Amino acid sequence: MMDKNYETVIGLEVHVQLDTNSKIFCSCSTEFGSEPNTNTCPVCLGLPGTLPVLNKKAVDYLVMTGLALNCEIATYSKFDRKNYFYPDLPKAYQISQFDLPLAKDGFIEVETEEGTHKIGITRIHLEEDAGKLIHEGSIDKSSGSLVDYNRTGVPLAEIVSEPDIRTPVQAREYLNYLKKTLEYLGVSDCNMEEGSLRCDANISLRARGEKEFGTKVELKNMNSFKAIEKALAYEQKRQRKVIDAQEKIVQETRTWDEDKGKTISMRGKEEANDYRYFPEPDLVPLEINKEWENEIEEQLPELPAVRKKRFIEEYDLPEYDADVITDSRKLADLFEECVSEYEDAKEVSNWIMGEFLRLVNEEKMEIENTKITGHLLGKMLKMMEEGVISSKIAKTVFEEMFYTGKDPEEIVEEKGLKQISDEDKLEKLVEEIIEDNPDVIEDIRNGKDKAIGYLVGQVMKETKGKANPQMVNKMFREKINN
Amino acid sequence: MELYKRSLTDLKNMLDEKRVKLKDIHDSFSYRIGSVDSKVKAFVNTNKDLDIENLNENNYKDTYLRGLPIAIKDNISTDGINTTCSSKMLEDYKPPYDATVVKKINEAGGIITGKTNMDEYAMGSSTENSAFYPTVNPWGENRVPGGSSGGSAAAVAAGMAPVALGSDTGGSIRQPASFCGVVGLKPTYGAVSRYGLVAFASSLDQIGPLARNVDDIALMMNVIAGNDENDSTCVDREYPDFTDYLKNDVRGMKIGIPNQYFEIDFDEEVRESVMNAIEQFKKAGAEVERVDVTGAEYALAAYYIIATAEASSNLARYDGVRYGLRAENVQNLKDMFTETRQQGFGEEVKRRIMLGTYVLSAGYYDDFYLKAQKVRTLIKNDFDELFEEYDLIVSPTTPTTAFKIGEKMDPLEMYAADIFTVPVNIAGIPAISVPCGFDQKGLPIGIQLMGPHFKEEKLIQAAYSLEKILDLDIEYPALK
Repeated sequence: MMDKNYETVIGLEVHVQLDTNSKIFCSCSTEFGSEPNTNTCPVCLGLPGTLPVLNKKAVDYLVMTGLALNCEIATYSKFDRKNYFYPDLPKAYQISQFDLPLAKDGFIEVETEEGTHKIGITRIHLEEDAGKLIHEGSIDKSSGSLVDYNRTGVPLAEIVSEPDIRTPVQAREYLNYLKKTLEYLGVSDCNMEEGSLRCDANISLRARGEKEFGTKVELKNMNSFKAIEKALAYEQKRQRKVIDAQEKIVQETRTWDEDKGKTISMRGKEEANDYRYFPEPDLVPLEINKEWENEIEEQLPELPAVRKKRFIEEYDLPEYDADVITDSRKLADLFEECVSEYEDAKEVSNWIMGEFLRLVNEEKMEIENTKITGHLLGKMLKMMEEGVISSKIAKTVFEEMFYTGKDPEEIVEEKGLKQISDEDKLEKLVEEIIEDNPDVIEDIRNGKDKAIGYLVGQVMKETKGKANPQMVNKMFREKINN
Repeated sequence: MELYKRSLTDLKNMLDEKRVKLKDIHDSFSYRIGSVDSKVKAFVNTNKDLDIENLNENNYKDTYLRGLPIAIKDNISTDGINTTCSSKMLEDYKPPYDATVVKKINEAGGIITGKTNMDEYAMGSSTENSAFYPTVNPWGENRVPGGSSGGSAAAVAAGMAPVALGSDTGGSIRQPASFCGVVGLKPTYGAVSRYGLVAFASSLDQIGPLARNVDDIALMMNVIAGNDENDSTCVDREYPDFTDYLKNDVRGMKIGIPNQYFEIDFDEEVRESVMNAIEQFKKAGAEVERVDVTGAEYALAAYYIIATAEASSNLARYDGVRYGLRAENVQNLKDMFTETRQQGFGEEVKRRIMLGTYVLSAGYYDDFYLKAQKVRTLIKNDFDELFEEYDLIVSPTTPTTAFKIGEKMDPLEMYAADIFTVPVNIAGIPAISVPCGFDQKGLPIGIQLMGPHFKEEKLIQAAYSLEKILDLDIEYPALK
């Protein structure tokens, strides 16, 4: 909803875990869900005397992300120490990037009902993740804190947007775009539940036409894109009320309480840390030459927006279909694999958007965990086209393929689902049905043509869907009209 | 001559010629430690696991160091052996891994016989800042051995180890070497891996050897220099066999004498001794010229900003959470942090953490840290330029000989003891301190030879030549 008097200004800070096999400064595994403190070594535990060694893969992934988000890649970049005390931070400083991030000055374009909106990316930098505090029961009742350092040193990309976002919906679309892009790049799974994507938001209001920003509030602890949208919408309203009451917005950090559906003040500006950033002396500055950048650029996959456009042009797909199918790289890959074997792209798209996504949603599965391949789907569609199975039987076959990954031919064979195209057999059935339904035949002869469907349905019922409906239809017409 | 008086090189040769048994060598050093360390207090820990009786000489006969004893400073990590940094904070800390230099020594067949005392976290110039006890200079019972590698220097000077490793952030190898009449080399930054060296100031710290002659320095450099995939600041390059440069020959060598260093007000006896050594270089065929250096007067200030800034961050990890001391009877997390650090760190360490925290704070960063970095660049460039023309720059190592225990109570006075050594760390160049004489009190004087990046062999050759020319024939003090 547009507010006539006030404009909302939102900026997002997104932390994304980069999906490298090993941590950013040591060779420990980044696997999620291991026993606490098993993926650790002297380096990521920050033991005295240990030193970081940069994982080049993390740099590759960050540069890839930067390129995909239209950023300028720094030829000279460095790491800095961000100093603060917390038990989950073993060195009491985080190795991050302060004034020379690896990527900067990018943008993305998001589509909302109000049209296309361009959102600037201020910077993307590389840093290490911290560990996790664990409490028995709740934080206030637990007798102490336990620390799990498995996550310590997992590479993170921090993606900072310009304050270009104007609505909570745009914020959600921005995040969707990011998630989709990073997933396409294969650099992160962006799973908010597992903490591989975290997002903080800055939000302020200002009078329309005003150039200066209003006092901003930082929002934390939103655990889903929906929560972010809700928290921003809540905060927008809250700030509006404060301003309408002629009161001043307090610069502070607020946390989103999902259960109560509101934001709660966490700490004020005066409690903000002085992180005492300074260049990390244990790492040499990072120089990325054009050659390295080009090498990474060549590895970039086709990005969602481009792929969507191509699907519309190359396969003549409606925009809606192209949008749904390119939403995930896995889905788009499935589509293209199938289309390479079965030409009717719209039919393929119908099956993917229909049966396939229905089952995925019903089973709450990840697309990559299903057993369907483009090849199997293509084969099934061909069998349908050739009249080996009816469209109704196809759904049964598809479901079986979805769960087992079996070849459709095998399924049809095993379950005896082959379509009956035997003329003698069908003719006999048609004659029986005509005999049993004299009233209907009369209606048809009197011009109620649609009633033929009912007769075909009876044959299908008798054959448990295996009769070839086109043949049956033709037979009825011939017999009734004679 | 008792075995403990012999150099590493001598002992190695004697073993090869089968004139001595490895067991007897270890017995001799062990006996020496037993008889004098209660007075010198050079060690924090000695290797209790070393079973001299059952030492199998054959296991070492094909190794470079032949099973000979080596002492190392207690800020160098040793797997399963206490590494205390002479701090209460780490009194019971046993690292689960070996520093790269320790690995290299082990692989070269060296046997680490003990961990030496130091100023807490390498912060100090007298070893009086050890949380356990001060080390005594073997040359005089009431004298400091220098610092922070005072334990290593004293152990070598008193014959408790033929060689030792120290670490040098602003002079911590060279200054104690000078005070104790031994040779000490600070290698080029990046020549020796820092992996496992408990960090004081990461951009300045470097591990190096201390020994009673230059031959042993060359031997140890052959073992410890080299690239390390665990240390990104280590430089990947080939190193020569440093013992090839044990040649008494300085003909044609161009030596610069920095005016600004000699304009500083320092001990006359030190001045004379150093000037005499320079004279000897000239006589031996070196070209000696006066040179101007810029930035020298700012070096100490820049050093105490950069070093403390890095230290404030490096020492932040001692919070009581994972290892080391943890304060008891605390009410909350903040108390645990502050009480642990209050109890675990000594006064000088706290002073430097506060200084470093201050210079990095919002609003002060540009005026202090950034400015110090600019001075650093200036000093580095100045040295680079000088080394385009000169092979070596020569100065005293320290403004005085060993001072008395308890004499320097004012921190600033103590900091000034590093005035000649600090610029070397700031520029990242190598430098060696070699004995060049004695003052009237009989205390040793050291001369500092500075060289271009990665030209340790030049320093070794010049230092070896000086050693031969001066032929001091130092009778290392037998403590009563």
